[in-house]
Amino acid sequence: MHKDNQPLIFEMTKEGRVGYSLPELDVPEIDLAELLPEGLVRDEAADLPEVSELDIMRHYTALSKRNHGVDSGFYPLGSCTMKYNPKINESVARYSGFANIHPLQDESTVQGAMELMYDLQEHLKEITGMDEVTLQPAAGAHGEWTGLMMIRAFHEANGDTKRTKVIVPDSAHGTNPASATVAGFETVTVKSNEHGLVDLEDLKRVVGEDTAALMLTNPNTLGLFEEQILEMAAIIHEVGGKLYYDGANLNAVMSKARPGDMGFDVVHLNLHKTFTGPHGGGGPGSGPVGVNKDLLPYLPKPILVKKDGVFAFDYDRPQSIGRVKPFYGNFGINVRAYTYIRSMGPDGLKAVTEYAVLNANYMMRRLQEHFDLPYDRHCKHEFVLSGRRQKKLGVRTLDMAKRLLDFGYHPPTIYFPLNVEEGMMIEPTETESKETLDAFIDAMIQIAREVEENPEIVQDAPHTTVIKRLDETKAARKPVLRYHKAE
Amino acid sequence: MKHRYLPMTPQDEKAMLDTIGIQSIDELFADIPEKVRFKGEYNIKPAKSESSLTKELSQLAAKNADSNTYASFLGAGVYDHYKPIIVDHVISRSEFYTAYTPYQPEISQGELQAIFEFQTMISELTGMEIANSSMYDGGTSLAEAGMLAAGHTSRKKILVSRAVHPESRDVVRSYALGQSIAVEEIPLKDGHTDLDALKEMIDDNTAAVMIQYPNFFGQVENLKEIEPIVHEAGALFTVSSNPLALGALTPPGKLGADITVGDAQPFGIPEAFGGPHCGYFAVTKALMRKVPGRLVGETTDEDGRRGFVLTLQAREQHIRRDKATSNICSNQALNALAASVAMTALGKEGTKEMAVQNITKTYYMKQQLKAAGFEIAFDGAHFNEIVVKTDSPVKELNASLLQKGMIGGYDLGLSYDEFDNHMLIAVTEQRTKEEIDAFVQEMGATHA
Repeated sequence: MHKDNQPLIFEMTKEGRVGYSLPELDVPEIDLAELLPEGLVRDEAADLPEVSELDIMRHYTALSKRNHGVDSGFYPLGSCTMKYNPKINESVARYSGFANIHPLQDESTVQGAMELMYDLQEHLKEITGMDEVTLQPAAGAHGEWTGLMMIRAFHEANGDTKRTKVIVPDSAHGTNPASATVAGFETVTVKSNEHGLVDLEDLKRVVGEDTAALMLTNPNTLGLFEEQILEMAAIIHEVGGKLYYDGANLNAVMSKARPGDMGFDVVHLNLHKTFTGPHGGGGPGSGPVGVNKDLLPYLPKPILVKKDGVFAFDYDRPQSIGRVKPFYGNFGINVRAYTYIRSMGPDGLKAVTEYAVLNANYMMRRLQEHFDLPYDRHCKHEFVLSGRRQKKLGVRTLDMAKRLLDFGYHPPTIYFPLNVEEGMMIEPTETESKETLDAFIDAMIQIAREVEENPEIVQDAPHTTVIKRLDETKAARKPVLRYHKAE
Repeated sequence: MKHRYLPMTPQDEKAMLDTIGIQSIDELFADIPEKVRFKGEYNIKPAKSESSLTKELSQLAAKNADSNTYASFLGAGVYDHYKPIIVDHVISRSEFYTAYTPYQPEISQGELQAIFEFQTMISELTGMEIANSSMYDGGTSLAEAGMLAAGHTSRKKILVSRAVHPESRDVVRSYALGQSIAVEEIPLKDGHTDLDALKEMIDDNTAAVMIQYPNFFGQVENLKEIEPIVHEAGALFTVSSNPLALGALTPPGKLGADITVGDAQPFGIPEAFGGPHCGYFAVTKALMRKVPGRLVGETTDEDGRRGFVLTLQAREQHIRRDKATSNICSNQALNALAASVAMTALGKEGTKEMAVQNITKTYYMKQQLKAAGFEIAFDGAHFNEIVVKTDSPVKELNASLLQKGMIGGYDLGLSYDEFDNHMLIAVTEQRTKEEIDAFVQEMGATHA
């Protein structure tokens, strides 16, 4: 990576330079002051950059070199499923008939787009085992909130207004409790047992007539399959609650176990994870939600219907929770996910899960003698190591993560889930080769040895990146969130 | 199985199974209870090769009428604008699009700096002090503004103008329901927010007043007159704004807005059948710690060099869990990058020039329609949309326009009972005089 700081684009600006080519103004000019009310004509231009096209390209090329993506190298960020992003997806999403169509065009002029959406929904129904799917939510957390609002509407329709609580395991993603709050619920935490699974006794203790739902990831964030899923479903359903599936970890169970068959009533998927989105530096994602028959009436509107071979949006949904997003979801991401599913087929998706799980178990077994493995059993697509052995030697997991940067790797997810001390959550995905895994394992082993023999090199890491560790306290204490021209 | 995305070979598989100490991959799934175990393969379409799939999907895409082939006069929140070609070249750099949220700043300075620049550009355009790293879209961004306002003021009522995008209002209502916030709609008066009605409706339980600028009908609301009404009642002045229009209009931040939100789709982002676009969220400094989503801040490293990090994370779901300001996690980072590149290319001069072109070409359209005998529904100051009354149903007009290679305007009757036979027409800088003339001629031909 380049060591030189890259100036801000605002620092490269020079008055009078332009980087655009607007269409000709071929109609008579007008005087804005005559048209607009007094005081509403902007008198001071927004201070945007003034640079040439080459300046722009060089700037962003330089920035890209200061960024690590899956195409740059291994990215075992647990829970995020950083698999290869196929290039065919990018090409298809840019077809003019997909990229340059307007959501409010007459339905007769967008039948191809609606057919793709419909067929994607059909595929996702089969993959999840649910009765219907909406593509409207924009991302996973948005899907969680959508699902919870449907559960809320279901209970309210039954006059069941005392269900104010959503249960989440202590190992849950932060979005679960946050989504519950946004949907107007209170969060109750259920503990994990010594095997890293939901403690059924504790679950029995926290459920009741006020339980709206239990949100669960399966496999959970430790990468472990909740074996007692049917018992859990029974406990929740018995008290009248609904079971919510957080699909963040679907990559671990495709063709092996479907949420619908496990007893889940609502499911959200992260198409940018399992179905190769891509991640885009933090979005856009797509978070379709699947439901079983009980929740059908509450789906966000419109829903997509097919009648006599013609696709239409149905707005006549009196019990719908309403719209969760303008238009029909992140269509461009849905095109990519559809292209991926069609590239893989049924045997391909099955192999995806099998190889993702095989890769994770292989890494776990090779690493377990060098780091603590809190839960020693077969994992699914990811596993969590603890750095507590290294911590005793004065080296924290954060230090080891930073040291991995020197080897050209993106580190695992660290300090999550919260119930593992000094946790490192590693998810290799199926698109990585054995050679890549071996090289990463060797680096991890070397770092474990450095911790014992030469801890400073780890504590002071990274050594090779464009910048050293940044002062986050300073950033938060005196926030500078935009550029200001020097006076 | 062999697949170009799956590097596993039988030898690899064997070696890995040996290391794990098992005979077959199936053993790794033995913990899935028999009763829920899925047997066999999904009943979905079989895999296709790269070339046969691209052939099939390009044929599917060709079934749609796109705005490269047709001259589009459809807006209503999503627009056919000039997209500088370099935008796609930048966002196609896979260091950007195959990365995730920049949790590790040392190897994510590129993304972090790009977001910092985006925050600055949105801040400049809107005249607000703080802008975040992006939201899903304009609609959800407005809904989040409502939640922020309710939380900040401890009040439980939101007033939203009926001149705000109907789908955004729908989303505001959906979010408000979860928070038990009442949403009341301010009626219209001549295509603008009815200020007398607003004065009647606003009270000391009003958390926010939501105005769109320019509004859904393309009309420029007079924020100067609205601001004192809102602030006198102690509510937050919340403006939803097309950021391109702010190239020519006085920005909400200079007119007393507390929160300005909107969608950056006009800057280099394709229509894409409604998404993904790029919500933005901007506030006054007083509300900085209430902002949803990611914020990037400047700091220094151990050697004193400038660098960028995700900051003020104590607001966010991964730290605060159920106490977070929002549940948003993934946002629209890549589209924020696209918008940044477009805003950079257009720059200080081009943003204004493009905005003025939109106003000017729309003005021309309005004059031509008037000359052809059409009645313009609202004759106030406009940005790039106007409403024309039609004799026949808009759907029929659009069908005949399509025959002539044009995508007609939005049928306002779909969202407003009182506006049957009203067409909302958008004229961006992309439309030529020739196309506008052809549009008016075709409208006139059906105008018997």
